[in-house]
Formats: sequence, C-alpha cells, structure tokens
Amino acid sequence: MDVVNQLRRQFVDYSTSLHREGILDDQFTQLQKLQDENSPDFVVEVASLFFEDCEKLINNMGRALEQQQGVDFKQVDASVHQLKGSSSSIGAMRVKNVCITFRSFCEAQNREGCLRCLQQVIHEFSLLKNKLQTLFRLEQQILTAGGSIPVIE
Amino acid sequence: MVLGKASSSSLSMKSDEDVVNNNNNLRVLVVDDSPMIRKLHDMYLKKFGLEVQVAENGKNAVELFRFGASFDLILMDKEMPVMDGAEATKELRAMGVKSMIVGVTSLDSPYEKQVFMEAGLNYCFNKPLIADNISFLLQELNKNNNDKN
Repeated sequence: MDVVNQLRRQFVDYSTSLHREGILDDQFTQLQKLQDENSPDFVVEVASLFFEDCEKLINNMGRALEQQQGVDFKQVDASVHQLKGSSSSIGAMRVKNVCITFRSFCEAQNREGCLRCLQQVIHEFSLLKNKLQTLFRLEQQILTAGGSIPVIE
Repeated sequence: MVLGKASSSSLSMKSDEDVVNNNNNLRVLVVDDSPMIRKLHDMYLKKFGLEVQVAENGKNAVELFRFGASFDLILMDKEMPVMDGAEATKELRAMGVKSMIVGVTSLDSPYEKQVFMEAGLNYCFNKPLIADNISFLLQELNKNNNDKN
C-alpha cells in the first residue's frame, strides 16, 4: 500500500508540474476524464495519434521551408494550422502557442522567422512527448502495483 | 485538488442516464481528416449515448448521403483534403439535406468563420469541441424534434 501511495503521490506531483509549466492545459484533464473501464487506454491512444500527426506535420513544414526555388508559405501555414488544431485538442498548450507565432511569420512570408518557429515546435514537441511518456509509465506502475490512477481537477 | 479514485468521467453516467437514453436514437457523422480528432469526438459523443460514424473528408461525407445514409447531426471540419468542409456543406444543402451541420474548426479569422457559416452551417465552434458544446447541440436537436412532432 505504501508503494502505491508513493506512486500516486509521484503521479499527482508530476501531473501538477506539467500544468504549472504550461506544457498541458485543462483540455488534457478533460481527455483523462473521458477515459473509463470500457476504454482504459483512450488517452494513450489519442496521444499516440497526436505524436504521429505532429511528426508528419513537422516533416512537411521542414520540407516546405527547405525549398530553394521559393517557399510556399501557404503550404507551411496549412501544416501549422493543422498542428495548432491538434495541439489544442489534446491540451498541448506550449506547442499550440508556438503555432500561433509561427502562423504570423507564415503570413509575413518571413522564412527566418518560420525556421526559428519550426525549431521551437520541434523542441516543445520533444519535451511534451517525453513528459507524456513518463506520465503514462507512472500510470502503468500504479496499475501494476494494484492501485488506481488519481483524478486531478 | 485530487479526487481519489481512478477513471471517473466528467459525465456522471448514473445521474445522466436519462440524457443518454434520450439520445440513443440520434446519429452523428464526424467529418475530419485527423484520426486523432475523429477518435476524440467519437468518444465525447458516445459518452452522450449517441451513435457515431466517421468520414475522412467532405467527399466521403457527401457520398454517404448519396448512398442513402442519414444523420441527425454532422460535425464538419473546415480544412480537409479532396473536399473541404465548406464545399461539402454546400453540396449537402444543395442535395436537400436538412440535418444540423455544425462546423468545428481552428480557424482564427471571424471572416473565415463567417464564410464557413454561409456555406450552410447551423453553428460553428472552435476546436476542441467540449462537453458544453455537445449538450447545447443536443438541446437544440431535441427542441427541433419536438417542434416537428
């Protein structure tokens, strides 16, 4: 029981820190609340789809910005727009915020600005992915130890 | 604040059992090119007791109706390959589809949202769709159904 309580406390502290650092917002909490006994892996599945989406969009943005003949900023913007939608739907606040800045550089057709934003997106996405994977591992440890996942408001 | 037990839903299924039962006959079509969004909306809607089908783009949505499918509510993304949400909405209205069509988009500009609305939407919400949006839409749907009876 001590082990379970320790793990639960770790989970709560870690989860709280992710919200405090602005990595996740309330939308992620809403996703966690949708998960139930019939769909116990819902959040992990949504996160996996988000990671795939992100990686594809980051590659698209990178390729479009590398074009020597001239950057198609509309194409870049389309990918950023999609990423903004996905990131707000999962509660990835910092990724979403970078997308907002990124879009203004697309509109201004500023390649340097776009490239900087792309680097930021890559950084924020990697951070988010690592942190979420840690969170999911903690969840798994709690369940393996016979405990239940705390619900955080 | 920590509530304690695992896996609770923001919808208290026991106290909302009547709501779920009332919604059992309502069919919803989710049209979005993102597998993540389709999964998310599918889950939200099923929590409300709705029957959900998904389509990857506007063309697939239109074809479902052409082949005789019917839905009470269509959640339509704007930016999709093959046929976007505005085009699909115009096609559906031109076919005489009277279902409630609701845009769900991450468009920033009020002008772009207005253009989307003018394609024939009943409402337009920002992504992500939340439980309050769905409650509102269900109230409107049930109101419309009561008016018809």
